[in-house]
Amino acid sequence: MAGTAAVSREALTAFLLRLADDHLILGHRLSEWCGHAPMLEEDLAMPNMALDLIGQARSLYQYAAEVEGRGRDEDQLAYVRRERDYVNCLMAERQNGDFAHTMLRQFYFAAFMQPLWQAVTSSTDEHLAGIAAKAEKEVAYHIRHAGEWVVRLGDGTEESSRRMKAAVEALAPYVDELFESDGVSRAIAEAGIAPDPSTLRPAFDAIVGPVFAEAGLDWVETPYGQTGGRQGRHGEALGFLLAELQYMQRTYPGMRW
Amino acid sequence: MTKNLIPLWEVFIRPRNGLAHKHCGSVHAADEVMALQAARDVYTRRGEGTSIWVVPSAAITASDPENKDENFEPALSKVYRHPTFYDIPEDVGHM
Repeated sequence: MAGTAAVSREALTAFLLRLADDHLILGHRLSEWCGHAPMLEEDLAMPNMALDLIGQARSLYQYAAEVEGRGRDEDQLAYVRRERDYVNCLMAERQNGDFAHTMLRQFYFAAFMQPLWQAVTSSTDEHLAGIAAKAEKEVAYHIRHAGEWVVRLGDGTEESSRRMKAAVEALAPYVDELFESDGVSRAIAEAGIAPDPSTLRPAFDAIVGPVFAEAGLDWVETPYGQTGGRQGRHGEALGFLLAELQYMQRTYPGMRW
Repeated sequence: MTKNLIPLWEVFIRPRNGLAHKHCGSVHAADEVMALQAARDVYTRRGEGTSIWVVPSAAITASDPENKDENFEPALSKVYRHPTFYDIPEDVGHM
């Protein structure tokens, strides 16, 4: 990445929280499958991926807390903010739906994150580059695993194909938000910390396209996408998720394992 | 029905270079690609391996437990077959 402009503490914190919230919220969603997956193999595969995401979230929250410098720690950032303070993309908070829906959501998010992490490995921010180096390998597996399921369900039985097509319809309005650009993302890009999401669409399409082709799925254009997550405007799904996610820290403030 | 679509695979893991792949269990999967992924997720979560093999369970021909006596007992009395009379050079490594 080229830029080396200075970036404000606020912008860097905001950027880190977006990434961290994406990973925590989606990781929590995936973890909801634990004990409910259609087969034992997936009952381990999904929590494995969830743990990858939550581990990445943890590194990002720790770093965000340090950059923010207001005395909050990773737990306070993850567990005791209010709903409107979470800046995850809306896709991450969507209910799991069926297995096809969960796998397609995972595939989309991984296809968004892989090019981002890849670019961030050569970030001007060395701490973030370190997080990316680890995350890059984890997300590569998520693409492979979720992608193989998208192919097999899309090009599987009549029922699996119907369900995967329904997932494509249901998630279509949440894709564009991933690639939104604003003052924060531009400042981060200009400082050479991470690419602006708007530049990642071709890489995303290059990952999704061949999988859709193999799966016999058609891309669904949506007249207008859902947006607002990056500004803290969420769907009702997030409130219920946070009620469960935050329960322990709300009930026993400052609790540690 | 699910049995036909999602058959059983035997999983072999090699813990590190120089050792042999060792049978460690089985997984259900639709095909060999998914079987490898399932094996990775189920059996290498704690850094157990550097390589995985999967084999369709149906492709394995097993000895009949009923023939166990005639198969294996005759070897028990032939201790001279054990290579205990040599010193194995250290460079040979794992045998």
